[in-house]
Amino acid sequence: MGSTSAENNGTGVGRRDLIKRSAALGLVSVPAMGFLSACASGGGDDQKKAEAGEKSAKNPLAVNESAKMEFVLFDGGFGKEYAEDAVKLYEKAFPKAEVKFSATQKIQSTLQPRFNGGNPPDLVDNSGAEQMDMGVLVGKKQLADLTPLLDAPSYDDPNKKVRDTLRPGIVEMGQFDGDPVWILYYAYTVYGNWYSQKALDSLDAEYPKTWDEMLAVCAKAKKKGMAGWTYAGKYPYYIPFSMSPMIAKVGGVEVLNAIDNLEPNAWKHPAVKTVFEAWYELFKKGYVLKGTPGLDHIQSQTAWAKGDALFIPNGSWVENESAKVIPADFDLAVSAPPGIDDSDKMPFGTMWASGGEPFIVPAKAANGSGGMEQLRIMLSEASSKNFTSKVKSLSAYNGGTDGIELTPGLKSGVAALELAGDNVVNPRMQDWYVQLQKEKIGVGCLGEMMAGRMTPAETIKKIQGYADEAAKDSSIKHYKHQ
Amino acid sequence: MQHGKYRFIVGFLAVPLGLYALFVIWPFIQSIYYSFTDWTGLSPEYKMVGFDNYSRMLDDDIFWKSLQHSVMFALLVPLVTLSLALFFAFMINVGGRRRRGGPAITGVRGSGFYKIVYFFPQVLSIAIVALLFQFAYNPDSGAINSLLRGIGLDSLQPLWLGDPNIALWCVMAVLVWSTVGFFVVLFSAGMASIPAELYEAALLDGADRATTFFKVTLPLLWDTVQSGWVYMGILALGAESFAVVQIMTTGPGGPDYSTTVMVLYVYQKAFRDGQAAYATTIGVALLLVTLAFAAVVMRLGRRERLEY
Repeated sequence: MGSTSAENNGTGVGRRDLIKRSAALGLVSVPAMGFLSACASGGGDDQKKAEAGEKSAKNPLAVNESAKMEFVLFDGGFGKEYAEDAVKLYEKAFPKAEVKFSATQKIQSTLQPRFNGGNPPDLVDNSGAEQMDMGVLVGKKQLADLTPLLDAPSYDDPNKKVRDTLRPGIVEMGQFDGDPVWILYYAYTVYGNWYSQKALDSLDAEYPKTWDEMLAVCAKAKKKGMAGWTYAGKYPYYIPFSMSPMIAKVGGVEVLNAIDNLEPNAWKHPAVKTVFEAWYELFKKGYVLKGTPGLDHIQSQTAWAKGDALFIPNGSWVENESAKVIPADFDLAVSAPPGIDDSDKMPFGTMWASGGEPFIVPAKAANGSGGMEQLRIMLSEASSKNFTSKVKSLSAYNGGTDGIELTPGLKSGVAALELAGDNVVNPRMQDWYVQLQKEKIGVGCLGEMMAGRMTPAETIKKIQGYADEAAKDSSIKHYKHQ
Repeated sequence: MQHGKYRFIVGFLAVPLGLYALFVIWPFIQSIYYSFTDWTGLSPEYKMVGFDNYSRMLDDDIFWKSLQHSVMFALLVPLVTLSLALFFAFMINVGGRRRRGGPAITGVRGSGFYKIVYFFPQVLSIAIVALLFQFAYNPDSGAINSLLRGIGLDSLQPLWLGDPNIALWCVMAVLVWSTVGFFVVLFSAGMASIPAELYEAALLDGADRATTFFKVTLPLLWDTVQSGWVYMGILALGAESFAVVQIMTTGPGGPDYSTTVMVLYVYQKAFRDGQAAYATTIGVALLLVTLAFAAVVMRLGRRERLEY
């Protein structure tokens, strides 16, 4: 053994003493550190707000012309070019203002500390995998009410308010409880069954309007060695993109609203059971691409684009996301989900469309009106057209598709929206109760059912259990359809 | 000289201890403090709620599932990894047959090559490894199922990560694959310092390979194995298991919660659900599990140290 401990003769410092004393020192220094380091929750002083500028026809939100404006964008499927173009317009309108623009995929990791510290940016696209929970942000009064923006004259026509230039449902989606509008969804997403018109034609089939027709198309496809369906097996919360509007079509929109409101026995409605059983039949008849439960969204979209499967439940971003694997002659199309038969409550065409890319202006932003002005610029017809032509998606601006060439998927989406007319549904589970919708219902129940590991009856029982649990859980905020 | 001694020692220790307290102990204390609040993580305001988070945690099925999986990770992954690493290291260094003109104690043929190959995965970051295996596990066009099809096993096409019965094993296998090389190298270094005479003596006494391993190599390597065990267990409870589960699995954490682990649950609660206080509560539970694991390994592994 070593020799250091042998010399502990009373006058020197022995090893054991040394350890004891340094431990004591450590204990003493801990509380002292409290004075030196701030807590993780910050609680520092909020940043100073910029003074209001002069209100005028060109500056209806009274933006301070020389105040700095900071804009953080989610750098996802839509890229950042459309926002950069809009920033240039802001800089042109306020040449004295410094604009700090950044784009990131890590919204939460970059911005959560700043919300905590009371110095958030002025405009945020709170989107992507690292989206900050909107319910918590609203509940903790971290967001600014966007009503001034909605009531301001629109960029193109001073006689028209911004709110009157938006697509149906956009304003309602930004509300949580009561009148204030906390979120402005900039993109407009069409959900449904996506397929290749060319593949459907090659089967000598029409897009099915009833479930019997759907099964017939799948049988035809199977004969040609093509699966009827695939989906993002690892993220089964893509299935509701087609399933939820189908539930509304069969049982009426009240069923979806009851589900969103977490009403007791909402999932036990007969329409839910009918639709679940219809979907389960796809699995039982072998119409779902083999291996689907192990595929992620990209892998399933790639298999579908290769022609291994005919239909995929998805949103309009798929055209951009899978652009590299979709063949040029694919003739991408989207349609509303088929119903069961003529006894359905809503007509064929009932589909899910809603806002995407949620933009927020933090309550503690230094230059909140600057953030809103930037949004007002983005909601102009020219910016909206720029967005649509660059990223192949519709925007919240109602119109903005004339005079630009639309891609096949987008064109088909516009046609489907026209067919839907007023029968556009907007289920809110995925923005109100993220964990319930994605993890518990999606991965825990729908994914299990479509992999054949749970029957529809078991699935409904389990989902109802999760929904009841969420309704009782006091740690999450609850919402109701207005 | 005596009067300056304390000042001298304190001068050396103050800075590292201060840093340790600031960056290790203080965050721990903060976490424990926050576990008694209702802090969301998205706003600086919060209030004390007593033991609410703890009683909620005890009623939380997902928490218990994640605890169960984390404990499995901490027990099985080190066991399999270290056993494999010991076996490989033994074969590389000691397990060879005597060759004409060579030394009495040597590894199997080509051992130098194996040593490098085993270390390869260590060079890749765990995130890359997880991504690679995610492709390999793809049931439709992944390497494993393609291989199975290639050798005529068309009927055997498991869903791998999509099957709740095997998903957790798939994830554990990736962790073992990516860490075993490090321990092969560590144990090889340990074996190199065992004097050759001991092996020669064992050989003269007629010991076979298994006896040599259990009676000579393992006892002399025990300290290294033990610290490797703690290190591996902490990896399996913490960062590494988070990375593979987060990147590879359904959901992540699925299918149907079959792969969720405590670190993932902490992350999801803090950064997805805006419930930072509840996340720190689970973090405190994780701290206890980690401490208990280290204590158990240290106690079970206590043996008299051999000097050689």
